Amino acid sequence: MAALVRLETRLSRLREEYFLKNRSVDEDRKIVYKAAVKIQSWFRGCRVRAYLRYLNKMAISIQKWWRGYQSRRYFRKMIKTAYFIMKMNFYNEMAVRIQKRWRGYYVRKYTHNYYALKKYLEAISLNNEIVRNELQEYAEMNEKKKKKKDLEKKEKEKKYKARKMHYLLSTEQIAGIYNSPFRKFPDPMELLLRQSKPLSHRQQQPKSPFTYDLYDWPTCKRPPAFPTGEPLPPIGRQKPQGPFRDAAEVLRQRYKPLEPTLRVAASISSPLEKAREEMKREEWRKCIHDNEFLPFSSYHKNEKYELSIHASEKIGKETYGIKHFREVQPNKWIAGKVSGFLLLKRAWSLRLML
Amino acid sequence: MSQRQVLQGVISLLRPLLLDVVPTIQQTAALALGRLAYFNDDLAEAVVKEDILPQLVCSLSEQNRFYKKAAAFVLRAVGKHSPQLAQAIVECGALEALVICLEDFDPGVKEGAAWALGYIARHNSELSQAVVDAGAVPLLVLCIQEPEIALKRIAASTLSDISKHSPELAQTVVDAGAIAYLAQMILNPDAKLKCQVLSALSQIAKHSVDLAELVVEAEIFPVVLTCMKDSDEYVKKNGATLIREIAKHSPELSQFIVNAGGVAAVIDCIGSCKGTVRLPGIMMLGYVAAHSENLSMAVIVSKGIPPLCTCLLEEHEDHIKAAAAWALGQIGRHTPEHARAVAETNVLGTLLSMYMDIRSSEDLQLKAKRALKNILQKCTYLPALEPLLHDAPPNIMKHIVGQFSKVLPHDSKARRLFVTSGGLKKVQEIKAEPGSLLQEYINTINNCYPEEVVRYYSPGYSEMLLERVENYQPVL
Repeated sequence: MAALVRLETRLSRLREEYFLKNRSVDEDRKIVYKAAVKIQSWFRGCRVRAYLRYLNKMAISIQKWWRGYQSRRYFRKMIKTAYFIMKMNFYNEMAVRIQKRWRGYYVRKYTHNYYALKKYLEAISLNNEIVRNELQEYAEMNEKKKKKKDLEKKEKEKKYKARKMHYLLSTEQIAGIYNSPFRKFPDPMELLLRQSKPLSHRQQQPKSPFTYDLYDWPTCKRPPAFPTGEPLPPIGRQKPQGPFRDAAEVLRQRYKPLEPTLRVAASISSPLEKAREEMKREEWRKCIHDNEFLPFSSYHKNEKYELSIHASEKIGKETYGIKHFREVQPNKWIAGKVSGFLLLKRAWSLRLML
Repeated sequence: MSQRQVLQGVISLLRPLLLDVVPTIQQTAALALGRLAYFNDDLAEAVVKEDILPQLVCSLSEQNRFYKKAAAFVLRAVGKHSPQLAQAIVECGALEALVICLEDFDPGVKEGAAWALGYIARHNSELSQAVVDAGAVPLLVLCIQEPEIALKRIAASTLSDISKHSPELAQTVVDAGAIAYLAQMILNPDAKLKCQVLSALSQIAKHSVDLAELVVEAEIFPVVLTCMKDSDEYVKKNGATLIREIAKHSPELSQFIVNAGGVAAVIDCIGSCKGTVRLPGIMMLGYVAAHSENLSMAVIVSKGIPPLCTCLLEEHEDHIKAAAAWALGQIGRHTPEHARAVAETNVLGTLLSMYMDIRSSEDLQLKAKRALKNILQKCTYLPALEPLLHDAPPNIMKHIVGQFSKVLPHDSKARRLFVTSGGLKKVQEIKAEPGSLLQEYINTINNCYPEEVVRYYSPGYSEMLLERVENYQPVL
């Protein structure tokens, strides 16, 4: 019962306590509820964060791996290209060295060959010397020719003059002007006069103005001389007989024996010709037989043997005119060959033909 | 009555005599007309105006050879004065008659006809074409082969007159086979014939490379070189002209001529002649040297420069001097070696004086200046450049100083020589605009020397020193 009393005392308070407890619990409940919510939310947050972190880590890992892979690839490529470039540079440099040497050689040998040029220039100077010498010789030759021509002309003139002035020749009695007695030896003109034949005065034909003369046509200076008639003949002049040769000399010349030159003395035909002629004559003399010698006797026997008339015909008399008279062909006769129907047929066809 | 009227009266008197019965009178009348017309062009015009030409042309085909010669002479006399008169002759149908005369047997008639055709064709290319169209060229080539020397001469000169105007006419002459005969006739000893033949060949060769090659293929070298030693001046001149016309076209032809020894012959020819006869030879050397540096070196090696220098100094005519200056310029412009060869003969001073001389013609001044410039741009031979420093005008000075500025930085002996000869002093005295090429060159030269030397030689240095002396306080 004590407990019950106690409980009863407490009972009045119970409802209050119960109410207060409920209220406090109710109030606490909100706080507790909020606290629980907070704890739970924090915990969920933790969990999610952990999960996200985990995801993040995984993503990072994948990306890391992938990026590493890409860059390694890229790096390998870079290395390859760098290597390639290095190789190409090396090759280029070597190629440049080769080309340098080759081009230098080629140009020096073919395009601007110094030694060839030097040789060429030396050859040119040599050639020039030769040409100059030859031209010099040519010029000198021309000079000489000209001088010779001039000299010859002068000589000709002198001789002509001497012939014209033949009368100035000195005689026994009268010494000519070129053979003065006070001189030791006569003037050369005197000697010329002695050698020359006197010139006769021939009448020159007056030239017609229209005769063919190339050098002074038509701007010629002299007036045209009209053609005159025939010139008169000279008045029976005798030609003076000129200086005579020594008689002994003349006879010596006249009876000089013939001294023919080698060309004249030698016969026309050469020794070869003469020998050939000899040979031909010998052949002609000794020749017995005209036909040429043939090696085998039947070589030339290519003629067909022809039977004579007597041998080609049959022997005996001719039978025509004796045994038979005209041509008959007994093998064509039908009598005695075919019989009966065929004979009739043939007779019928014959009749038809007739 | 004036002389002209008198003479015209004479013509009207002569005209009926041309129709006279007696042939001698006709011939003499024609001869008289021809002589009158030959020396006086008014009379030639009068002859044309009085309609004498158609008559002459008609009778050209009918009459005997003396009349033909006289008539051809009249036509020649009229045609020589001017192109209009020649045109009048062509219009009255004389060309056909003359060409028929070219076929005549008598060489005198052929010569007269060929001479008349030559005088007509000389004036211009239309008349030449008319002569060619009348069919004259093959007959002229036949005439060349005739034995008479005078006929050959005239035929050669006519061919030369025809072919000088244009390449087509020259080709027509070549197609008729003229070159072979002309080439053979070079060996003929007659001087006037050689003149005409060489002139004909050079007129053919001058137009184009192909024609020049055709002429060369006719094997004229080395025979032509003997013409350069002929005693007649005009043969030498025409021979040099022919070689020049061939050499100017291409380097190969020039090479061929050099290999045949042509350069030596031409140089000797220049050395032995005087006056205008030298001109083609000088031009030939210029053309050969212009083609390439090897050929130029060949000219130098054949001792070509001394005759050119003597030409420059001795000749009086400006055009010959201009040609010599041009030729020297062509020789020296290729490389420093060439420029040195030219400069060693001390000809640069002569060129400069010719350029500066007021009395020289424009052409001479221009050519001398160009030659000088070309040589100076390559010249590294300093002893020849130094005398030029003193006289040259600014436009030449710039080249000279430029050359010094190229050579001096590398050669110490040259620097020393430059100083001792007074060149440095002269260079300091040159006033140049700052920033111009000349100033740059001067700076380059100044940089080759130490400062004191440059200051020593600069103008006004002595005054500066004296001023310093004045202002100096003596140390006691």
